[in-house]
Amino acid sequence: MTHGLDSKWTRRRFLAASSGGAAMLAAPSYLRAQAAPIKVGILQPLTGALAFDGQQGLMGSEAAIKVINDAGGIKSLGGAKLEMAQGDARSTPDGGNAEVERLNSDGVVAIVGGFASPICLAATQAASRYDLPYIVDVGVTDAIVQRGLKNTFRFAPGFGVVSRTALDNLVKLNDAAGKPAKTVVLVHEDGLFGSGLAKLLQAELPNRGFDILDTIAHPTPARDMSNVALQIKAKNPDLLIPSSYYGEFVLLARTMQQQRIKPKGIYSILNGAASNFRFLKEFPEAAQYVMDCNHWWDPRKEAAQALRKEVEAQGKFFTYNTALNYSCVLLLADALERAASTDRAKITEALASSTFAGHIMPYGPTRFGDGQNQGAAPVNLQVQGNDIKVIFPDAFADAKPVFPVPA
Amino acid sequence: MLAPDILLAAVLNGLMTGAVYALVAVGLTLVYGVLHIINFAHGAILSAAMFAAYFASLAGVDPYIALIGLAPLFFAAGYAAQRLIISPASHGDDQNVLLVTLGLSIVIENVLLTAFHSDTRSIDVPYGFASVDLGFAFLPLPRVVAFAVACVVSAALWIGLHHTDTGKAIRAVAKERYGATLVGIDVAHVYAVTFGIGAACLAIAACLLLPSYYVNPRVGEAYVLVAFTVVVFGGMGSVPGALIGGLMIGVIESLTGLFFGESLGQLGIFVLFIVMLLLRPTGLFGARA
Repeated sequence: MTHGLDSKWTRRRFLAASSGGAAMLAAPSYLRAQAAPIKVGILQPLTGALAFDGQQGLMGSEAAIKVINDAGGIKSLGGAKLEMAQGDARSTPDGGNAEVERLNSDGVVAIVGGFASPICLAATQAASRYDLPYIVDVGVTDAIVQRGLKNTFRFAPGFGVVSRTALDNLVKLNDAAGKPAKTVVLVHEDGLFGSGLAKLLQAELPNRGFDILDTIAHPTPARDMSNVALQIKAKNPDLLIPSSYYGEFVLLARTMQQQRIKPKGIYSILNGAASNFRFLKEFPEAAQYVMDCNHWWDPRKEAAQALRKEVEAQGKFFTYNTALNYSCVLLLADALERAASTDRAKITEALASSTFAGHIMPYGPTRFGDGQNQGAAPVNLQVQGNDIKVIFPDAFADAKPVFPVPA
Repeated sequence: MLAPDILLAAVLNGLMTGAVYALVAVGLTLVYGVLHIINFAHGAILSAAMFAAYFASLAGVDPYIALIGLAPLFFAAGYAAQRLIISPASHGDDQNVLLVTLGLSIVIENVLLTAFHSDTRSIDVPYGFASVDLGFAFLPLPRVVAFAVACVVSAALWIGLHHTDTGKAIRAVAKERYGATLVGIDVAHVYAVTFGIGAACLAIAACLLLPSYYVNPRVGEAYVLVAFTVVVFGGMGSVPGALIGGLMIGVIESLTGLFFGESLGQLGIFVLFIVMLLLRPTGLFGARA
């Protein structure tokens, strides 16, 4: 074999081919009229267990970069275009860490993304060693913004804000309907996320006039939710509050339908399935009227609707992390515009003083306090017909809540 | 306090989950009994079979009908995998076979991950939410079907092993490899047939699971760990052992889950598993090696 290669690839041929390649690589620089492109690090878990979410986030960043470049790039920097430097966190904190190192040596001006809390914790810390501005897209763990890292900015709301809003809105929802729900059963996955939330709810719900009949933990993955369904059936609560990942919640909702268990409402918090179009598409009946308190886009903004159409035209599902990453890249572009520099300290400063309002989220103008966007808040959603509607707060709602669920 | 009807419903649920465990375990126990190896690729093959059933269903073929085509297809794939990959790569050493199947599982899982991503998918069949009303409990139809088919397949396998020439050859090789060679049995062929049957059982299990479960590239793992327990519990290499072991494990898991919480459902299985190993290491139906 090596002989074959030698005879085929003479030195002359190799030189000819490689110089041709080099010329092709160099060509764009002749075509570029203005400023050199600005490299933006986009870090997502593109492979591994979180690959689906990572791809959804990447889609949002790509769309935002295209919008910015089509509109003439960063004007204060001579119309410089944004160039995506993609990083794959491989669904692990280690992977995120390694990719931050690589993106840093590639010369990115900032990094956007992370998705999962553990990845965000590791990646922001790695970036802080280089004073590299980092915009967290999702990562709900509040520890992300509580370590005093100057480079770290979280655009979306954290766990504390989400759970508080969820409880407040639950009371509002129940009061508005004439308090039909008094008894509650909590179902949660037994990991950090589900157990933490269940503990918080156990402490808070009795103060707000709800009686917790039972708290049922289940493992992830669970092969069968029949026993959970049986216990719910035996307790017959007015309201079910699940906090599980996608697969288990779908399994539970289907089992409940099979067992003909119909509480007055299913109210979930940061649930993987209740605000996922795939669940709605695959099991419209089981998904009907399920409520969730979660990240979401502002359905009244034209740019949000346009992005949703664009995503759905590709046969993909539009998810909140697509909208969040889209908004985060726009936020960074706004900071670059105002900093009029690619200097990391200046970008960090511009982010810290941001009042950016051109995003597609149901938040007011951006205002960072200790790295957390103070205006960020979750919304309440409900599956109604073939769509997922915003039911709270009223300012962003595009539908009225259906509660209690018609029998 | 738990009402008796809930208890009864939990037992029935356990039996139906257990039937699927049994079907997954039957393939594992056969391969162990004959080839004397633990097939680490079992879970990955189950995931692959579930994806096959999923795409058949997307193409408009009901999983129960796809079963008729997928079982022979997976038999052929299993046969080929043993003859063309596992056997040549192991060079006659059992330890190598172990590693080859482990490698195979990593390859299959990652191919699935690359091709279909880690997205969790499920199908909606018209009978997906149908249930049999027993008065005190609703039994979901897909799980009743799974229970019945799993019992029929186990029975058919047992009859096949005892009353057909191939079955007798399989048992002969399981008992005494060199003796079987001496009387003219093609051992390599029997190995491959056994591996094929194991894969076909998984294809059947996949088609039965899909109407009430979901699929992603790691879905098989959730079943295979339990199947290993079932195999030891019922007796290594025993088909009736796998069936009864599977059903028992299903019921035990269901009841422990009900009494001690779902997170501890697995606990009952493994406590029993350790007790079994202490008192009767050959399992319920196992013979002493």
